[in-house]
Amino acid sequence: MNVMNAFSTPSIENVAHNDDQATQKETTPNAYVRMEDVGHCYDPTPDGPMAVQHINLDIYRHEFVAVVGPSGCGKSTLLRMVAGLLIPSHGEVSVFNKPVTEPRDDVGIVFQKPNLLPWLTVKKNVLFPLKHKYGHVSLEDKKRADELLTMTGLASFADKMPDELSGGMQQRVGIVRALLLNPDILLMDEPFSALDALTREQIGFDLLDIWRDHPKTVLFITHSISEAVLLADRILVMSKRPGTVLDLIDVNLPRPRTAKDMNSTRFCELTETIRGHIYEPHSRA
Amino acid sequence: MNHTPAPKAALHAPQQSHNSKTTASGVKQWFKKQGYRFAPWLFFISLLILWESICRLGHVPTYILPSPSSIINAFFNVSFSRWMVHLWATLRVALLGFIVSILISIPLSIALIRSELLNRTIYPVLVVIQSTPVVAVAPLIIVLMGTGDASRVLITCLITFFPLVVSTTTGMLETPQELIELSQSLRAPRYRETWQIRIPYAIPHIFSGLRVSITLAIIGAVVAEFVAAEQGLGYFIQFSTSFFKIPQAFAGLVFLSAISLLLFKSVHWIQAWLFPWSLPKKK
Repeated sequence: MNVMNAFSTPSIENVAHNDDQATQKETTPNAYVRMEDVGHCYDPTPDGPMAVQHINLDIYRHEFVAVVGPSGCGKSTLLRMVAGLLIPSHGEVSVFNKPVTEPRDDVGIVFQKPNLLPWLTVKKNVLFPLKHKYGHVSLEDKKRADELLTMTGLASFADKMPDELSGGMQQRVGIVRALLLNPDILLMDEPFSALDALTREQIGFDLLDIWRDHPKTVLFITHSISEAVLLADRILVMSKRPGTVLDLIDVNLPRPRTAKDMNSTRFCELTETIRGHIYEPHSRA
Repeated sequence: MNHTPAPKAALHAPQQSHNSKTTASGVKQWFKKQGYRFAPWLFFISLLILWESICRLGHVPTYILPSPSSIINAFFNVSFSRWMVHLWATLRVALLGFIVSILISIPLSIALIRSELLNRTIYPVLVVIQSTPVVAVAPLIIVLMGTGDASRVLITCLITFFPLVVSTTTGMLETPQELIELSQSLRAPRYRETWQIRIPYAIPHIFSGLRVSITLAIIGAVVAEFVAAEQGLGYFIQFSTSFFKIPQAFAGLVFLSAISLLLFKSVHWIQAWLFPWSLPKKK
């Protein structure tokens, strides 16, 4: 839970400071996304079962935070709260010291399924958020979509229909679509869980490359412990329903990370710790 | 089997038998494939032959069951222009009713999706209308609205709109929740959520509804003609029967079915032309 360890990698720290130094100084507590004693209950009756409770979490700007926990522990609930799609019944979520009270349009969301629109080409799918929000897209937007597609190696697929692409490619398009509005916060809800193991690893490293070149605050929900360790700066481990914070772990692995890191002692220690939390929650809770 | 090259066969004796086996199974495969292709037609033609032979060998009187050949004769005994007059009368009512039905049901479905209140108030009324047999209501509608096209179109509408409402609402409700959340997080206006996400998602469902409705539209038009009309294929069948011109009635029936089938296929063609992505993928 050591706050200062959050920016274990110098490069990330630099990025965070260069980008918005003035604003960072004004808002002294430099948490970007802050959850204060957040809890939510889907049942409107008093004393209804809580989906999540007592969540306290500060996410720093351009930090990569992964959330792991058993299914149904309210991981997605957390993500929807940050997006403003769900207003917590207890506590408060704030972004840049402003409480989240309505859906935010400065977040990009990547879902478990790519959820591309089957009637639009890849490029039009990428442009869809703009078209949907404003009703039209400009030439500049189209150029930006092209750049993003080139960056992710999808340029040659721009005019293909989604069903002509493999699952991994479709999810890449899903990520590009989330990046189009250049959001500061990227919310990813088990984005790679529908992919095969090899594709999953590759797309994870691709995501890290994108994040290195275009720093964003990432909240990444996953079932895979090794994926969380490989990608994140910090890992939030949640208990089963009602979801609470079991541990908040600093990963402290140097970046850039490669598949080799998965053999390091630190990597094994971390996965072991997290596994311990998930399989024997009572020892800590 | 003769296609196996001789020298190769001499050099690789064991392989030759293998090769000839594959050629033989290839021929077998070809026959199987062609058989599957023509099986429906062969079956249909043999049914017609069976029908014809029963009529001829059993000396069945034509006013009981006319033979296929007598039906064909009767068809060509009616002049082309007379067929066209009746066809146009039926087609006009059926298509008008169908179009009016589309114009009513799709906006209605959107309203039902958007408003819980409308869903609670209007939907039960729609179910009541749907459960009332149209054949029973048709004479009342004629009394109420006269014998013009309007009442016939209304009868057609009553029978066609419900499958459309059901399929459109089902399709719109099947839109992935994540896309609705995407729309909400973009704070897009709701009409764009409807037009850019929900309606396109409903297209495959809408078209299966349209396929059901177009055949029902023909049924609606014929029911209306049975009650009150001076023209139309339904009317033609009815008066042919009442004059004991049974082969002619059968000819009308066959023509009507053919038109209905053609309209059904047309809906499919329109879908393939306008929304090719919405068709199930061929494997």
